[in-house]
Amino acid sequence: MKKTNMIIGLVIFAVLVTVPFWSAILSPASGAAPEVSFDTPVINQLSGDDYKCVEDVEWMRAHHMDLLSDWKVEVVREGTRVYVSNDGTEYLASLQNTCFECHSNYEDFCLKCHTYSNVTPTCWDCHVEPTVVGGAN
Amino acid sequence: MEMNRRKFLKLGTAAVAGLGVAAASSNPAVAAAVNGSYKESAGKRSDVTWGMVIDMKKMDEATLNKCIEACHKFHNVPNIDTKKDEVKWIWSEPFEHLFLDEVHDKMGDKYKDMSFMTICNHCDEPVCVRVCPVKATFKNAQGVVGMDMHRCLGCRNCMAACPYGARSFNYKNPRNYLDEINPSYPTRMKGVVEKCNFCSERLAVGEMPLCVEEAGGAIIFGDINDPNSAVSKAIADNFTLQRRTNLGTKPKVYYIV
Repeated sequence: MKKTNMIIGLVIFAVLVTVPFWSAILSPASGAAPEVSFDTPVINQLSGDDYKCVEDVEWMRAHHMDLLSDWKVEVVREGTRVYVSNDGTEYLASLQNTCFECHSNYEDFCLKCHTYSNVTPTCWDCHVEPTVVGGAN
Repeated sequence: MEMNRRKFLKLGTAAVAGLGVAAASSNPAVAAAVNGSYKESAGKRSDVTWGMVIDMKKMDEATLNKCIEACHKFHNVPNIDTKKDEVKWIWSEPFEHLFLDEVHDKMGDKYKDMSFMTICNHCDEPVCVRVCPVKATFKNAQGVVGMDMHRCLGCRNCMAACPYGARSFNYKNPRNYLDEINPSYPTRMKGVVEKCNFCSERLAVGEMPLCVEEAGGAIIFGDINDPNSAVSKAIADNFTLQRRTNLGTKPKVYYIV
Protein backbone atom coordinates (compact mmCIF):
# COMPACT_ATOMS: atom_id res chain seq x y z
CA MET A 1 0.00 0.00 0.00
CA LYS A 2 2.70 2.39 1.01
CA LYS A 3 4.67 1.53 -2.10
CA THR A 4 1.70 2.11 -4.47
CA ASN A 5 1.10 5.56 -2.95
CA MET A 6 4.69 6.40 -3.49
CA ILE A 7 4.55 5.35 -7.15
CA ILE A 8 1.32 7.32 -7.76
CA GLY A 9 2.93 10.34 -6.15
CA LEU A 10 6.01 9.98 -8.33
CA VAL A 11 3.91 9.71 -11.50
CA ILE A 12 1.94 12.86 -10.60
CA PHE A 13 5.20 14.64 -9.85
CA ALA A 14 6.74 13.59 -13.16
CA VAL A 15 3.67 14.72 -15.10
CA LEU A 16 3.63 18.11 -13.38
CA VAL A 17 7.34 18.71 -13.89
CA THR A 18 7.10 17.95 -17.60
CA VAL A 19 4.02 20.13 -18.22
CA PRO A 20 5.93 22.65 -20.41
CA PHE A 21 7.15 19.86 -22.69
CA TRP A 22 4.01 17.88 -23.37
CA SER A 23 1.73 20.91 -23.43
CA ALA A 24 3.94 22.32 -26.18
CA ILE A 25 3.74 19.05 -28.08
CA LEU A 26 -0.04 18.75 -27.67
CA SER A 27 -0.95 22.29 -28.75
CA PRO A 28 0.07 22.45 -32.42
CA ALA A 29 0.33 26.24 -32.81
CA SER A 30 2.48 27.19 -29.86
CA GLY A 31 5.73 25.81 -31.22
CA ALA A 32 5.41 27.33 -34.66
CA ALA A 33 7.45 30.38 -35.54
CA PRO A 34 5.27 33.46 -36.04
CA GLU A 35 4.46 34.76 -39.49
CA VAL A 36 5.60 38.36 -39.68
CA SER A 37 3.71 40.59 -42.02
CA PHE A 38 5.26 42.49 -44.92
CA ASP A 39 1.94 43.99 -45.85
CA THR A 40 2.68 47.71 -45.52
CA PRO A 41 2.02 50.50 -48.03
CA VAL A 42 5.72 51.10 -48.72
CA ILE A 43 6.72 47.44 -49.01
CA ASN A 44 3.77 46.74 -51.31
CA GLN A 45 5.10 49.29 -53.75
CA LEU A 46 8.50 47.64 -53.97
CA SER A 47 9.14 45.22 -56.80
CA GLY A 48 11.99 43.49 -58.61
CA ASP A 49 15.44 44.52 -57.42
CA ASP A 50 14.00 47.11 -55.03
CA TYR A 51 12.20 44.44 -53.05
CA LYS A 52 14.90 43.90 -50.46
CA CYS A 53 15.88 44.82 -46.92
CA VAL A 54 19.05 46.67 -45.90
CA GLU A 55 20.89 43.35 -45.94
CA ASP A 56 19.97 39.81 -46.91
CA VAL A 57 16.69 38.77 -45.23
CA GLU A 58 18.09 35.69 -43.49
CA TRP A 59 20.95 37.77 -42.13
CA MET A 60 18.59 40.53 -41.00
CA ARG A 61 16.47 38.01 -39.11
CA ALA A 62 19.45 36.82 -37.15
CA HIS A 63 21.41 40.06 -36.90
CA HIS A 64 19.15 43.12 -37.06
CA MET A 65 19.97 43.84 -33.42
CA ASP A 66 23.70 43.81 -34.18
CA LEU A 67 23.17 46.11 -37.13
CA LEU A 68 21.09 48.53 -35.07
CA SER A 69 23.62 48.49 -32.28
CA ASP A 70 26.36 49.25 -34.81
CA TRP A 71 24.33 52.09 -36.32
CA LYS A 72 23.67 53.50 -32.86
CA VAL A 73 27.38 53.94 -32.19
CA GLU A 74 28.25 55.31 -35.62
CA VAL A 75 25.36 57.74 -35.72
CA VAL A 76 25.32 59.01 -32.16
CA ARG A 77 29.00 59.11 -31.37
CA GLU A 78 30.66 59.59 -34.76
CA GLY A 79 27.89 61.48 -36.52
CA THR A 80 28.29 59.20 -39.54
CA ARG A 81 24.83 58.62 -40.83
CA VAL A 82 25.08 56.74 -44.11
CA TYR A 83 25.31 52.94 -44.10
CA VAL A 84 26.57 51.22 -47.23
CA SER A 85 25.21 47.68 -47.32
CA ASN A 86 26.98 44.67 -48.75
CA ASP A 87 25.40 45.12 -52.17
CA GLY A 88 26.51 48.77 -52.26
CA THR A 89 23.14 50.41 -51.58
CA GLU A 90 23.26 53.45 -49.30
CA TYR A 91 20.85 53.86 -46.43
CA LEU A 92 20.33 56.55 -43.83
CA ALA A 93 21.27 54.72 -40.64
CA SER A 94 18.13 55.39 -38.65
CA LEU A 95 15.61 53.13 -36.97
CA GLN A 96 12.81 55.68 -37.07
CA ASN A 97 13.57 57.24 -40.44
CA THR A 98 14.67 54.18 -42.41
CA CYS A 99 13.46 50.90 -40.84
CA PHE A 100 9.99 52.19 -39.97
CA GLU A 101 9.60 53.71 -43.40
CA CYS A 102 8.95 50.18 -44.69
CA HIS A 103 8.15 48.31 -41.49
CA SER A 104 5.39 50.60 -40.36
CA ASN A 105 3.53 47.66 -38.80
CA TYR A 106 5.13 47.42 -35.37
CA GLU A 107 2.48 45.05 -33.98
CA ASP A 108 2.63 42.58 -36.86
CA PHE A 109 6.35 42.79 -37.43
CA CYS A 110 8.66 43.67 -34.53
CA LEU A 111 6.35 42.65 -31.73
CA LYS A 112 5.42 39.25 -33.17
CA CYS A 113 8.92 37.82 -33.10
CA HIS A 114 9.91 39.59 -29.92
CA THR A 115 6.92 38.09 -28.14
CA TYR A 116 7.62 34.65 -29.60
CA SER A 117 11.26 34.71 -28.54
CA ASN A 118 10.39 36.31 -25.21
CA VAL A 119 12.66 39.31 -25.57
CA THR A 120 11.79 42.84 -24.48
CA PRO A 121 14.15 45.25 -26.22
CA THR A 122 14.23 48.72 -24.66
CA CYS A 123 14.29 50.46 -28.07
CA TRP A 124 10.69 51.58 -27.74
CA ASP A 125 11.24 53.46 -24.49
CA CYS A 126 12.56 56.30 -26.61
CA HIS A 127 12.30 55.41 -30.29
CA VAL A 128 8.88 56.17 -31.57
CA GLU A 129 7.23 53.12 -33.09
CA PRO A 130 4.88 53.94 -35.95
CA THR A 131 1.70 53.26 -33.98
CA VAL A 132 2.52 55.90 -31.38
CA VAL A 133 2.89 58.66 -33.94
CA GLY A 134 0.16 61.21 -33.96
CA GLY A 135 -0.59 61.34 -30.25
CA ALA A 136 0.93 60.87 -26.84
CA ASN A 137 0.44 57.51 -25.21
CA MET B 1 39.30 -2.35 -31.02
CA GLU B 2 41.43 -1.84 -27.98
CA MET B 3 40.59 1.58 -26.48
CA ASN B 4 42.89 3.12 -23.95
CA ARG B 5 42.45 6.47 -22.24
CA ARG B 6 44.79 8.28 -24.62
CA LYS B 7 43.00 7.05 -27.75
CA PHE B 8 39.61 7.88 -26.26
CA LEU B 9 40.59 11.49 -25.55
CA LYS B 10 42.09 11.93 -29.02
CA LEU B 11 39.02 10.60 -30.78
CA GLY B 12 36.68 12.52 -28.50
CA THR B 13 38.44 15.85 -29.10
CA ALA B 14 38.44 15.32 -32.85
CA ALA B 15 34.73 14.47 -32.82
CA VAL B 16 33.76 17.55 -30.79
CA ALA B 17 35.89 19.84 -32.99
CA GLY B 18 34.33 18.32 -36.11
CA LEU B 19 30.82 18.89 -34.76
CA GLY B 20 31.65 22.53 -33.98
CA VAL B 21 32.94 23.19 -37.49
CA ALA B 22 29.92 21.50 -39.03
CA ALA B 23 27.52 23.59 -36.91
CA ALA B 24 29.26 26.85 -37.78
CA SER B 25 29.47 26.13 -41.51
CA SER B 26 25.94 24.80 -41.83
CA ASN B 27 24.48 28.23 -41.12
CA PRO B 28 26.65 30.88 -42.76
CA ALA B 29 23.98 33.56 -42.37
CA VAL B 30 24.20 33.33 -38.61
CA ALA B 31 27.97 33.25 -38.53
CA ALA B 32 28.52 36.57 -40.34
CA ALA B 33 28.82 39.83 -38.40
CA VAL B 34 27.99 43.36 -39.58
CA ASN B 35 30.30 43.97 -42.50
CA GLY B 36 28.73 46.83 -44.41
CA SER B 37 30.58 50.13 -44.32
CA TYR B 38 29.78 53.69 -43.35
CA LYS B 39 30.23 57.02 -45.01
CA GLU B 40 29.56 60.65 -44.19
CA SER B 41 26.47 62.36 -45.50
CA ALA B 42 27.07 64.77 -48.36
CA GLY B 43 27.42 68.26 -46.92
CA LYS B 44 28.69 67.26 -43.50
CA ARG B 45 31.65 69.36 -42.42
CA SER B 46 34.15 67.41 -40.35
CA ASP B 47 37.10 69.82 -40.13
CA VAL B 48 35.33 72.44 -38.04
CA THR B 49 34.78 73.49 -34.44
CA TRP B 50 31.22 74.70 -34.12
CA GLY B 51 30.51 77.84 -32.15
CA MET B 52 27.61 80.23 -31.74
CA VAL B 53 27.20 83.97 -31.32
CA ILE B 54 23.87 85.21 -29.98
CA ASP B 55 23.32 88.82 -30.93
CA MET B 56 21.18 90.22 -28.12
CA LYS B 57 20.67 93.47 -30.03
CA LYS B 58 18.61 91.53 -32.54
CA MET B 59 17.26 88.74 -30.33
CA ASP B 60 13.90 89.85 -29.00
CA GLU B 61 11.37 87.93 -26.92
CA ALA B 62 9.32 86.83 -29.93
CA THR B 63 12.34 85.49 -31.81
CA LEU B 64 13.52 83.66 -28.73
CA ASN B 65 10.13 82.03 -28.28
CA LYS B 66 10.16 80.97 -31.92
CA CYS B 67 13.57 79.32 -31.40
CA ILE B 68 12.40 77.54 -28.26
CA GLU B 69 9.25 76.29 -29.92
CA ALA B 70 10.98 75.00 -33.04
CA CYS B 71 13.69 73.27 -31.01
CA HIS B 72 11.42 71.69 -28.43
CA LYS B 73 8.88 70.59 -31.01
CA PHE B 74 11.42 68.88 -33.23
CA HIS B 75 13.38 67.23 -30.43
CA ASN B 76 10.29 66.02 -28.56
CA VAL B 77 11.15 68.02 -25.45
CA PRO B 78 8.30 67.62 -22.95
CA ASN B 79 6.44 70.62 -21.64
CA ILE B 80 6.27 70.22 -17.85
CA ASP B 81 5.15 73.18 -15.77
CA THR B 82 6.73 72.49 -12.41
CA LYS B 83 10.17 73.98 -11.90
CA LYS B 84 11.68 70.82 -10.46
CA ASP B 85 10.49 68.53 -13.25
CA GLU B 86 10.82 70.85 -16.23
CA VAL B 87 12.94 69.83 -19.20
CA LYS B 88 14.54 72.45 -21.40
CA TRP B 89 17.03 72.69 -24.25
CA ILE B 90 16.66 76.43 -24.90
CA TRP B 91 15.18 78.81 -22.40
CA SER B 92 15.09 82.43 -21.30
CA GLU B 93 17.06 83.69 -18.33
CA PRO B 94 17.56 87.26 -17.01
CA PHE B 95 20.99 88.88 -17.39
CA GLU B 96 21.67 88.76 -13.66
CA HIS B 97 21.36 84.97 -13.61
CA LEU B 98 23.43 84.42 -16.69
CA PHE B 99 26.31 86.77 -15.94
CA LEU B 100 26.63 86.59 -12.16
CA ASP B 101 30.03 88.24 -12.10
CA GLU B 102 29.03 91.18 -14.30
CA VAL B 103 26.17 92.35 -12.07
CA HIS B 104 26.74 95.11 -9.51
CA ASP B 105 24.30 96.33 -6.91
CA LYS B 106 23.51 99.64 -8.63
CA MET B 107 22.75 98.08 -11.98
CA GLY B 108 19.40 99.16 -13.32
CA ASP B 109 16.54 96.68 -13.36
CA LYS B 110 16.09 97.02 -17.07
CA TYR B 111 19.55 95.55 -17.60
CA LYS B 112 19.39 93.04 -14.77
CA ASP B 113 16.09 91.65 -16.00
CA MET B 114 16.90 91.63 -19.70
CA SER B 115 16.02 88.15 -20.95
CA PHE B 116 18.76 86.19 -22.63
CA MET B 117 18.60 83.09 -24.73
CA THR B 118 20.23 80.29 -22.76
CA ILE B 119 21.48 76.96 -24.08
CA CYS B 120 24.23 74.45 -23.42
CA ASN B 121 27.59 76.18 -23.97
CA HIS B 122 29.22 73.17 -25.61
CA CYS B 123 32.35 73.85 -23.59
CA ASP B 124 35.75 73.05 -24.98
CA GLU B 125 36.64 71.70 -21.52
CA PRO B 126 33.27 70.20 -20.59
CA VAL B 127 32.99 69.26 -16.92
CA CYS B 128 29.96 67.10 -17.62
CA VAL B 129 32.05 64.86 -19.86
CA ARG B 130 34.69 64.45 -17.17
CA VAL B 131 32.24 63.38 -14.49
CA CYS B 132 30.09 61.01 -16.55
CA PRO B 133 30.88 57.50 -15.29
CA VAL B 134 29.65 55.75 -18.45
CA LYS B 135 30.79 58.18 -21.15
CA ALA B 136 27.20 58.87 -22.10
CA THR B 137 28.18 62.50 -22.50
CA PHE B 138 31.03 63.10 -24.90
CA LYS B 139 32.63 65.83 -26.97
CA ASN B 140 32.68 64.93 -30.65
CA ALA B 141 35.30 65.79 -33.29
CA GLN B 142 33.50 69.04 -34.17
CA GLY B 143 33.45 70.18 -30.55
CA VAL B 144 29.78 69.46 -29.93
CA VAL B 145 29.02 68.08 -26.47
CA GLY B 146 26.52 65.36 -27.18
CA MET B 147 24.68 62.71 -25.26
CA ASP B 148 24.35 59.03 -26.00
CA MET B 149 20.95 58.33 -24.48
CA HIS B 150 21.54 54.59 -24.85
CA ARG B 151 24.21 54.87 -22.20
CA CYS B 152 22.84 57.41 -19.72
CA LEU B 153 21.98 55.75 -16.44
CA GLY B 154 20.55 58.84 -14.80
CA CYS B 155 23.15 59.37 -12.07
CA ARG B 156 22.94 63.16 -12.58
CA ASN B 157 26.64 63.75 -11.93
CA CYS B 158 26.65 65.92 -15.05
CA MET B 159 23.84 68.06 -13.69
CA ALA B 160 25.75 68.70 -10.51
CA ALA B 161 28.91 69.44 -12.47
CA CYS B 162 27.50 71.76 -15.14
CA PRO B 163 27.97 75.34 -13.94
CA TYR B 164 25.36 76.60 -16.40
CA GLY B 165 22.31 74.54 -15.44
CA ALA B 166 22.05 73.40 -19.01
CA ARG B 167 20.88 69.91 -18.15
CA SER B 168 17.46 68.58 -17.26
CA PHE B 169 16.49 65.29 -15.71
CA ASN B 170 13.43 63.34 -16.79
CA TYR B 171 11.71 62.82 -13.46
CA LYS B 172 8.58 61.83 -15.33
CA ASN B 173 7.83 59.90 -18.49
CA PRO B 174 8.33 62.64 -21.10
CA ARG B 175 5.82 61.06 -23.50
CA ASN B 176 3.02 62.01 -21.14
CA TYR B 177 3.93 65.68 -21.59
CA LEU B 178 4.08 65.88 -25.36
CA ASP B 179 1.09 67.17 -27.28
CA GLU B 180 2.47 65.74 -30.47
CA ILE B 181 5.38 63.40 -31.08
CA ASN B 182 7.73 64.13 -33.95
CA PRO B 183 8.20 60.70 -35.57
CA SER B 184 11.60 61.57 -37.05
CA TYR B 185 13.31 62.09 -33.68
CA PRO B 186 13.29 59.87 -30.57
CA THR B 187 11.77 60.90 -27.27
CA ARG B 188 13.56 60.20 -24.03
CA MET B 189 12.54 57.86 -21.24
CA LYS B 190 12.01 58.49 -17.57
CA GLY B 191 15.33 58.57 -15.71
CA VAL B 192 17.75 60.07 -18.21
CA VAL B 193 19.35 63.50 -18.45
CA GLU B 194 19.01 65.60 -21.58
CA LYS B 195 20.18 68.91 -23.03
CA CYS B 196 20.79 70.84 -26.24
CA ASN B 197 22.85 68.87 -28.76
CA PHE B 198 23.63 71.80 -31.11
CA CYS B 199 21.31 69.95 -33.52
CA SER B 200 24.07 67.44 -34.23
CA GLU B 201 21.54 65.39 -36.23
CA ARG B 202 21.26 68.37 -38.59
CA LEU B 203 24.96 69.25 -38.60
CA ALA B 204 25.66 65.64 -39.59
CA VAL B 205 23.77 66.16 -42.83
CA GLY B 206 25.06 69.66 -43.53
CA GLU B 207 22.19 71.69 -42.12
CA MET B 208 22.32 74.54 -39.59
CA PRO B 209 20.75 74.17 -36.12
CA LEU B 210 17.02 74.89 -35.92
CA CYS B 211 17.37 77.93 -33.65
CA VAL B 212 19.85 79.49 -36.08
CA GLU B 213 17.34 79.13 -38.89
CA GLU B 214 14.48 80.46 -36.77
CA ALA B 215 16.38 83.44 -35.40
CA GLY B 216 16.70 85.23 -38.73
CA GLY B 217 20.19 86.64 -38.19
CA ALA B 218 20.09 87.03 -34.41
CA ILE B 219 22.19 83.87 -34.05
CA ILE B 220 25.41 83.42 -35.97
CA PHE B 221 26.73 79.88 -36.22
CA GLY B 222 29.88 78.50 -37.76
CA ASP B 223 33.49 77.43 -37.45
CA ILE B 224 35.16 79.37 -34.63
CA ASN B 225 38.58 78.10 -35.71
CA ASP B 226 38.27 79.70 -39.13
CA PRO B 227 39.13 83.43 -38.79
CA ASN B 228 37.14 84.22 -41.93
CA SER B 229 33.89 82.63 -40.84
CA ALA B 230 30.93 84.86 -40.02
CA VAL B 231 31.00 83.67 -36.43
CA SER B 232 34.69 84.53 -35.94
CA LYS B 233 34.17 87.95 -37.51
CA ALA B 234 31.21 88.64 -35.25
CA ILE B 235 33.36 87.78 -32.22
CA ALA B 236 36.27 89.92 -33.48
CA ASP B 237 34.19 92.98 -34.36
CA ASN B 238 31.83 93.12 -31.39
CA PHE B 239 32.07 93.29 -27.64
CA THR B 240 31.09 89.79 -26.57
CA LEU B 241 30.49 88.11 -23.24
CA GLN B 242 30.71 84.49 -22.26
CA ARG B 243 29.24 82.86 -19.20
CA ARG B 244 31.65 82.40 -16.28
CA THR B 245 34.92 82.32 -18.19
CA ASN B 246 36.78 82.23 -14.86
CA LEU B 247 35.83 78.57 -14.46
CA GLY B 248 37.99 77.52 -17.41
CA THR B 249 35.31 75.54 -19.16
CA LYS B 250 35.86 77.54 -22.38
CA PRO B 251 32.28 77.89 -23.61
CA LYS B 252 31.64 78.08 -27.35
CA VAL B 253 28.56 80.27 -27.03
CA TYR B 254 29.20 84.04 -27.19
CA TYR B 255 26.81 86.90 -26.51
CA ILE B 256 26.85 90.29 -28.21
CA VAL B 257 25.33 92.53 -25.56
